[in-house]
Amino acid sequence: MEPILKAKNLVKRYGRVVALDRCDFDLMPGEILAVIGDNGAGKSTLIKAISGAVVPDAGDVWLDGRKVSFHSPLEARGAGIETVYQTLAMSPALSIADNMFMGRELRKPGIMGSLFRQLDRPAMEKFARDKLTELGLMTIQNINQAVETLSGGQRQGVAVARAAAFGSKVVILDEPTAALGVKESRRVLDLIRDVRARGIPIILISHNMPHVFEVADRIHIHRLGRRLCVIRPQDYTMSDAVAFMTGAKEAPEMAPEMSEPAV
Amino acid sequence: MASETGPADSYESATKGSPETVAEFVHQRSAVHRFQHVLHQTPSLVPLIVLLAAVVVFAALLGSKFFSPFTLTLILQQVAITGIVGAAQTLVILTAGIDLSVGAIMVLSSVVMGQFTFRYGLPPSFAILCGLACGALMGFINGTLVARMKLPPFIVTLGMWQIVLATNFLYSANETIRSQDIVEQAPILQFFGESFRLGGAVFTYGVVAMLLLVLALSYVLRHTAWGRHVYAVGDDPDAAELAGVQVRRVLVTVYVLSGVICALAGWVLIGRLGSVSPTAGQFANIESITAVVIGGISLFGGRGSILGMLFGALIVGVFSLGLKMLGTDPQWTYLLIGALIIGAVAVDQWIRKVAA
Ligand SMILES: Nc1ncnc2c1ncn2[C@@H]1O[C@H](COP(=O)(O)OP(=O)(O)OP(=O)(O)O)[C@@H](O)[C@H]1O
Ligand SMILES: [Mg+2]
Repeated sequence: MEPILKAKNLVKRYGRVVALDRCDFDLMPGEILAVIGDNGAGKSTLIKAISGAVVPDAGDVWLDGRKVSFHSPLEARGAGIETVYQTLAMSPALSIADNMFMGRELRKPGIMGSLFRQLDRPAMEKFARDKLTELGLMTIQNINQAVETLSGGQRQGVAVARAAAFGSKVVILDEPTAALGVKESRRVLDLIRDVRARGIPIILISHNMPHVFEVADRIHIHRLGRRLCVIRPQDYTMSDAVAFMTGAKEAPEMAPEMSEPAV
Repeated sequence: MASETGPADSYESATKGSPETVAEFVHQRSAVHRFQHVLHQTPSLVPLIVLLAAVVVFAALLGSKFFSPFTLTLILQQVAITGIVGAAQTLVILTAGIDLSVGAIMVLSSVVMGQFTFRYGLPPSFAILCGLACGALMGFINGTLVARMKLPPFIVTLGMWQIVLATNFLYSANETIRSQDIVEQAPILQFFGESFRLGGAVFTYGVVAMLLLVLALSYVLRHTAWGRHVYAVGDDPDAAELAGVQVRRVLVTVYVLSGVICALAGWVLIGRLGSVSPTAGQFANIESITAVVIGGISLFGGRGSILGMLFGALIVGVFSLGLKMLGTDPQWTYLLIGALIIGAVAVDQWIRKVAA
């Protein structure tokens, strides 16, 4: 099986900091790939390089076997890659519905939409409300409330709902449960499985080992700006994974079949 | 759930049987708190209240001398240009920028309209188009420098202010085009100065233009994707970019539109003065920024409504004319407007706390 998303030799420097050091990456169709690593290991930079948020200094990315080079998140999104960034990327003063549809707004049918470019507020609000209800996030009373009036966890929920709703090829989640409560984290994990059940592969960055070991099909261990190894959760314990990640233990050789898992 | 047997999940099972109802807070909000919330949603409310209060106070002090259709529409006429330039300023300030070149662009565009007609003998309507194009070009230069070169708007427009103003004086050779000549040869240049009556009320087409412009922009900002993007860019440009907004394109279009609106103000200016004067409109910068700030639009970008700017401009107009009719020293006007500016920013900060 060919990877749906593949990267080779990605390099990204910030001044003298090398955030990505000839990093390779593979995502297989239909899988949940967890990416773990220390703070500052370069996980966020890796997914930004893939999703067009940063342009790598070197290296190539293939989507569906075709070489791509995204220069903006909008381009990656157009290709079906939907991302929840660690910073969430929300406009605080705008409403939940506005934020969910940022850059892909729905317009009214007929002349109001085509000539006067009027937004179809009711449709956008209904969609947003439905998606948040699916996530069990209707602690939110008013879909028109400004995002800045939401709690950190609620904001994260909105961002995850946005990505899950629109992702068509790949969904990338950078620490989607970092601010969530126990129940809400559970819902996000369920949502991740739902998305996979729709046949869409997911990249999940997380520091939460139990979550990672629970949902991941494969685990990409990131260290010092590059892929250290990829393991299967059933082959190792969480302590092993943490030991590899922190350099306390020698990483296993990457087994050749690891890049072609039977999902 | 397959994971229920896993040790990692044991604590999660404790949530079983927890009530599924959502936390509902009984909001024992004070009236002040509720008011703060309303303002957060409708930021133009404060200037509207101040405006109405000012009208009531002056009406009480001056009676029908002030509170008459004639006087009230006179105020509209006096703020028409500030309102139009303020609309341009609003767009830029919503993106967390500032445009110090609005006045200069307005004057240069009016000079282009006049000189193209009288120096080159072009048809006046074509000269007007050239003036509008001139405004668009100046805006494009501002926008490109801000969006592509990532220079701070304050610096870019400070520079453009000087450049455009100097160009204006060099090109026009400091020469005024007289009103009579315009009346005889190119009356369309004075179109916005023409007026019509509705009972005692007197409206110029300049006033109509200002009102239509503000209403149109209010619609665009609130009900179109581009309008939402303007707010998103002003709120947090990095987040907007990640969320799929073409930040640079939005910025360039904002500055271009601002330039075109300033050129329109230049045309209205000809109507107001009757003549084309390269030395006119020196205070348009500061007046437009004043209207925007009193109108409750945040200088940090992303918050406020253009209707607020209109109310802000009208507040200044009401104070100026009202105090003049009372026969006070004009310095009192400046003093009060200064206090209003500071008050408006204080209210803006207070409203922002609603989120915290
Ligand atoms: N915009 C930036 N400018 C300068 N340096 C940066 C920038 N973004 C990231 N870096 C640097 O790149 C390195 C990798 O950062 P990155 O955010 O990818 O780490 P991470 O693995 O996501 O960490 P965390 O788990 O804390 O989110 C860090 O050393 C960081 O300081
Ligand atoms: Mg990160």
